[in-house]
Amino acid sequence: MKKIESIVRPHLLEAVRTALQDVGVVGMTVSEVKGFGRQKGHTETYRGSEYKVDFLPKIKIEVALADELVDQAVDAILKTAKTGKFGDGKVFITSLEEVVRIRTGERGEAAL
Amino acid sequence: MSRARRLLMSFGIGVVLMLGVSVLRSLHAQTPAEVPAASAPAEAPAPAPAPGTPDPTGDTTGTAADVPVKDAANPTLPEVMAVVGHNKIATNIVWTLLAGFLVMFMQAGFAMVETGFTRAKNAAHTMSMNFMVYPIGMIGYWICGFALQMGGVGAIGALGGTAPLNSEFSVTLFGKAFDLFGTKGFFMGGDVYDVGVFTLFLFQMVFMDTTVTIPTGAMAERWKWSSFLVYAFFMSMFVYPLFANWVWGGGWLSDLGANFGLGHGHVDFAGSSVVHMVGGVAALAGAIVLGPRLGKYTKEGKSVAIPGHHIPMAIVGTFILAFGWFGFNPGSTLSGNDLRIAVVATNTMLASAAGAICAMTYMMARFGKPDPSMMANGMLAGLVAITAPCAFVTAPVAVLIGAISGVLVCWSVFFIDHTLKVDDPVGAISVHGVNGAWGVLSLGLFADGVYGDGWNGVPGKVTGLFYGDSKQFFAQCIGTLTCLVFVFVSFYVFFKVLDAILGNRVSVETETTGLDMPEMGALAYPEFATSSTGAGYSIGTSGPVSGAVGSPVKAAEAS
Repeated sequence: MKKIESIVRPHLLEAVRTALQDVGVVGMTVSEVKGFGRQKGHTETYRGSEYKVDFLPKIKIEVALADELVDQAVDAILKTAKTGKFGDGKVFITSLEEVVRIRTGERGEAAL
Repeated sequence: MSRARRLLMSFGIGVVLMLGVSVLRSLHAQTPAEVPAASAPAEAPAPAPAPGTPDPTGDTTGTAADVPVKDAANPTLPEVMAVVGHNKIATNIVWTLLAGFLVMFMQAGFAMVETGFTRAKNAAHTMSMNFMVYPIGMIGYWICGFALQMGGVGAIGALGGTAPLNSEFSVTLFGKAFDLFGTKGFFMGGDVYDVGVFTLFLFQMVFMDTTVTIPTGAMAERWKWSSFLVYAFFMSMFVYPLFANWVWGGGWLSDLGANFGLGHGHVDFAGSSVVHMVGGVAALAGAIVLGPRLGKYTKEGKSVAIPGHHIPMAIVGTFILAFGWFGFNPGSTLSGNDLRIAVVATNTMLASAAGAICAMTYMMARFGKPDPSMMANGMLAGLVAITAPCAFVTAPVAVLIGAISGVLVCWSVFFIDHTLKVDDPVGAISVHGVNGAWGVLSLGLFADGVYGDGWNGVPGKVTGLFYGDSKQFFAQCIGTLTCLVFVFVSFYVFFKVLDAILGNRVSVETETTGLDMPEMGALAYPEFATSSTGAGYSIGTSGPVSGAVGSPVKAAEAS
């Protein structure tokens, strides 16, 4: 079992969600996050004074899935979240030791 | 059938029955009314309808029968004139009161503009200041403000005489009487129990409250609540009433014409100087003594933008203010019979449009984007500037005055922020102080000499420099300078003294976490995280960037 955390551009969330569902992902957790990478921040002007926006808004999508789905899921994210410019985000893949479904107490892949 | 459904059904049946009965009644009532109208000859005046007859068109409501006379067959001229005179003053009083109600609602506009332009963590505090100036200012004005301002104004014909306001304190200088303040009407008691005086109190009170609320914007996000409370009484009881007396209460600035031949004396139709400049200059003194918000300037003295948290709120507030201004300016005739109100109202809206468009255009030309906060400031600047000259200028000049104010407010915001390094979160000093001065000066330049006969007791119309009366402009300059010096010195000293006794500023900790909970005991938005990790400004922004202010927005995405 693996956990995929991907940071994507907010306006591409719907495309990524659909693509992940198409490859068989049945659940996900989404949060609005802020951060910076190579895109860095940018400056804006308000009432004639500049201010720097250090942290840019992104969407974090967390998905837990069976090992055999990982490659397809990553492909789906790459296809839909990529624009080719700085700021497209990243995908982090980690191993999951255990998963428990709270409603039934099921464990392991049965809980996914 | 459930209880709720039975209730709903019986309510529905009731509504249908009531509708049916009222339709039948109106059918029945119309029938007799049509009979005399058809039979009477067309030339003859319509006979008075029988008492109790409905009048759906309004043509026969209000007739000779409504004029109280001793002998209905032989009304006398004095009897008729008494009714005409009563109606005239009644129109004026109703007009002035309604205009005052509109101005009262401007408090809501100020609250929304100021809160929208400041941060979420201080929203309850900023709103509360704008709220409490209304009751505090009113009580202060009732105690002594009104008496000092209007106690010696004399008879105001449009309001039926205001006879009791007849006592002014004055000193003699250069062989002339300098009227300084009124001495009748404290607590609105005694012989000022008069409808004209009460009308004047309501109308002048809401103007004064506008002034009191202006500095709360410039001093927002760091002002200690207790210090604010003392300030609100001081402004409404003393500083505003004194300057207002000098211009509107028959005081020495209004006498500059009669005493020294300077045009009509200092003329300010609806308060560019009396209301707005007083508020703006007090805001300047307060913001200087208080100092800038934490994080507003870097160690090198560079200005950092601290964006407001709710632009839609500020825009709605601006609209409320623009709406209220239709009471502010046209109401200042104190007369619904003075049809110059049409010119006043139209000039007011034209100047506001020009101010907004010019501020927006200037910001787009210089920074590439319009900046909603400066668009709003531009409209308010146009309104402030036209407030003094609105009754005395032509429509093209009103647009010109508004257009200049739109650019002036941008320059002034940058100058005060970058050069003077005085932190004014909402632009109150620029909108009200600078454009208030521009308003009274523009009257001295552009008054076209068709209105204002006998203004301040000087015969002839009010005429500006470009229309032939340079002395009028001189009087405007004296009024402007007096406002600046008197109000600035008063409030600079006041805030310095208050700082020593009470302290004006909240602690660093309070300012960093937001004033809402420590100062007010309530968060404006308890369900949301409104404070950052303590940087003093919201998540996602940080210190200033290098590079000249005014350079175009740099999109790092392309780098």
